[in-house]
Amino acid sequence: MAEPLLQIRGLVIEATSYPPGEPPREVTLVHGVDLTLERGKVLGLIGESGAGKSTIGLSAMAYGRGGVRLTAGTIHLNGREIRLADAKALRSLRGREVTYVSQSAAASFNPARQIMEQVIETCLSHGLCGKAEAEARAVGLFRKLGLPNPETIGNRYPHQVSGGQLQRCMTAMALCPKPDLVIFDEPTTALDVTTQIDVLAAIKEAIRDTGVAALYITHDLAVVAQVADEIMVLRHGRMVELGETGQIIHAPREDYTRALVSVRSLEHQEKPPAPPVLQVQNLTARYRGTNFDVLKNVSLDLPVGQTLAVVGESGSGKSTLARAITGLLPPTQGRITFAGRQLSADLKGRTKDDLREIQMIYQMADTAMNPRQTVGTIIGRPLEFYFGLRGAERDRRVQELLDQIEMGKGFADRYPAELSGGQKQRVCIARALAAKPRLIICDEVTSALDPLVADGILKLLLALQAEAGVAYLFITHDLATVKAISDKIAVMFKGAVVRYGQKSDVLTPPFDDYTDLLLSSVPEMEQGWLEQVIAHRRMESAGN
Amino acid sequence: MRIPLSALIGLILTGIFLFVAIFAQWIAPYAINDVSGGQWEGPSAKFWLGTDTIGRDILSRLIYGAQITIFVALASSLLAFSLGAFLGFLAAVKGGWIDQVLSRTVDLVMAVPSLIVALVMLSVLPLNLTVLILVMGILDSTRVFRLSRAVAADIAVMDFVEAARLRGEKGIWVIFREILPNALSPLVAEFGLRFIFAVLFISTLSFLGLGIQPPLADWGGMVKENKDGLIYGKSAALLPAAAIAALAISVNLVADWILTRTSSLKGGRGG
Repeated sequence: MAEPLLQIRGLVIEATSYPPGEPPREVTLVHGVDLTLERGKVLGLIGESGAGKSTIGLSAMAYGRGGVRLTAGTIHLNGREIRLADAKALRSLRGREVTYVSQSAAASFNPARQIMEQVIETCLSHGLCGKAEAEARAVGLFRKLGLPNPETIGNRYPHQVSGGQLQRCMTAMALCPKPDLVIFDEPTTALDVTTQIDVLAAIKEAIRDTGVAALYITHDLAVVAQVADEIMVLRHGRMVELGETGQIIHAPREDYTRALVSVRSLEHQEKPPAPPVLQVQNLTARYRGTNFDVLKNVSLDLPVGQTLAVVGESGSGKSTLARAITGLLPPTQGRITFAGRQLSADLKGRTKDDLREIQMIYQMADTAMNPRQTVGTIIGRPLEFYFGLRGAERDRRVQELLDQIEMGKGFADRYPAELSGGQKQRVCIARALAAKPRLIICDEVTSALDPLVADGILKLLLALQAEAGVAYLFITHDLATVKAISDKIAVMFKGAVVRYGQKSDVLTPPFDDYTDLLLSSVPEMEQGWLEQVIAHRRMESAGN
Repeated sequence: MRIPLSALIGLILTGIFLFVAIFAQWIAPYAINDVSGGQWEGPSAKFWLGTDTIGRDILSRLIYGAQITIFVALASSLLAFSLGAFLGFLAAVKGGWIDQVLSRTVDLVMAVPSLIVALVMLSVLPLNLTVLILVMGILDSTRVFRLSRAVAADIAVMDFVEAARLRGEKGIWVIFREILPNALSPLVAEFGLRFIFAVLFISTLSFLGLGIQPPLADWGGMVKENKDGLIYGKSAALLPAAAIAALAISVNLVADWILTRTSSLKGGRGG
């Protein structure tokens, strides 16, 4: 058999960590990982944050990001050992034999230069071909990747194209020098679900047509199942399981892989209709100094003790709806009725009880907690502020709340920086619960978390709902989350509600166009799903 | 935690200056206005650093001068920080017309060189330490205002501040409990620098005759008293000047070190 393109043996990667308030220490990020990639194959690297998947991916071009050191093992690319190669050898290798596609195209393109200039830069700097030929290659790639106006899109600046288009431009940039290997580092994670499917299809076609090998890094098993031949599951810098894509998703051998595969299967039985605790009527809102309505005539009901999921892409107005309900953005028209009383549009006009009974949980638990306050202070303040609890009584109640969020003793004296991502979000939930609210607004509370951790948070929220009878307004872009938690669903598009009702009704055909697009774009844990959807859409548009 | 050599030197020197300033009465070999030698005597066993223009011991006057100079500079910096930081935070948290009024007033004061404003005010007002501290503190607070407003504006947009607002917290809680702890490290570093500016400022004023008045000794005033000696090759005026420079450098070394350790939202127990 021919020599493999990339062969990594016993790779150990270390870095120096600087925990706040403690002396720096050495940490091992990757503990002896082996990896083999044949020419023209795609290997998916999957794992939660901190699994070392990006670090391993970058090691394929012998690069360690931000002080990361490749301390032991061998990396053979095209038969040459590159871990100990000198700077000159690495320079000629990077961008020529191996290229890289990052998560955020918007942050990777230079906003001051035209796209074409940046796409062909590597070809020219390596002297691979002349400018005319490089541009011809780029236009060919733009066409292959399904970009509109492939001849002229290169003349635009990065801000003049959409996020999904820019991600495809970066793929073109990576493929332009005709490399042997492309590293895709979460290329679709930052995109909306309806955009993700297009980019994913474009990437897959480009990989197939150019015959390039690829390392595809992601935390989403359903996404990687669409493009990879083989999948390697990583955790804490160690390999958990390696196998053919079909085997990994249908017959996983390890418990951890099984957990990853089943993570989206949480189902929630819809509750029967009940009288509303929150009624939003004809809400219209715009930001100050603009003449564009970000919310258009939105009407919704949220029954007592139930969950209303508000679904939509970025820019659909779902977070603005939350701001209007909390009073941070007074609406220009419409009415908000809460527990039978009409709420003042402005935050200043609301009573302490109004404020107490509507609590909010944020997407980024990191910034939602004061880094200089202990967990005890963070959870204790609402108790003090709303109920006047002090001293031992307050501490006892704080501990009760910590028990409720399954965190136990010893956490009250910790600072947020000393907690994991999931624990931080739990503390935010406890802070909301401390106020004994009737409604909690959850704004993308699981989207910054790893799938397994997110699952835990959703289960906790459901358990707390059953216990305390609190209603959730659950804002999310993730339909798996919606299925897992909601009783009612509102689909938002460009500031308006396009579909609204009980969960079973909303998720049952016939759909309106947008809901259909949204639902069919959610990756399913099934090989060949991508081709089916794309083929179905082509057929439909041909029919029209 | 490792302290770099430069910071260590700065800490030790600053410590010595503070020690001398606090215990001046017990350390100084002569009383502040004791005329015990001849004019501009050179260093000797009796007068370690020589005598000044009317025969007073320079070392003793430097020690007493440290006390008064550091006291006035510290008092005015504290005033500048309390006032400037509070108003700066208020402007950032409240925004709107409060921010506009405060910011434009500060612009107005900063548009005129502060030395000129100080000279005019001190010529009109009675000359005593309280007035001096008030004038310097208020003028300096404009700079502190700018910094704290900028720092607080960054913090005020964080979700935890929004969460406090949604809870119904008053502005005072938001300023002192949510924002101040997170703004502390850049402000502490800035305090060192502003303190040095205050030392230089008070020395300048004294040199010009509008600062600390005789018979009290202070470094700027001592340069002024002894400057005529320079013509005759007498070093008496250089010693207080060197003291000013030494204090400025040592405090700066400490401030630099604090600044390098600063990251306003690092969180956790210290830093």
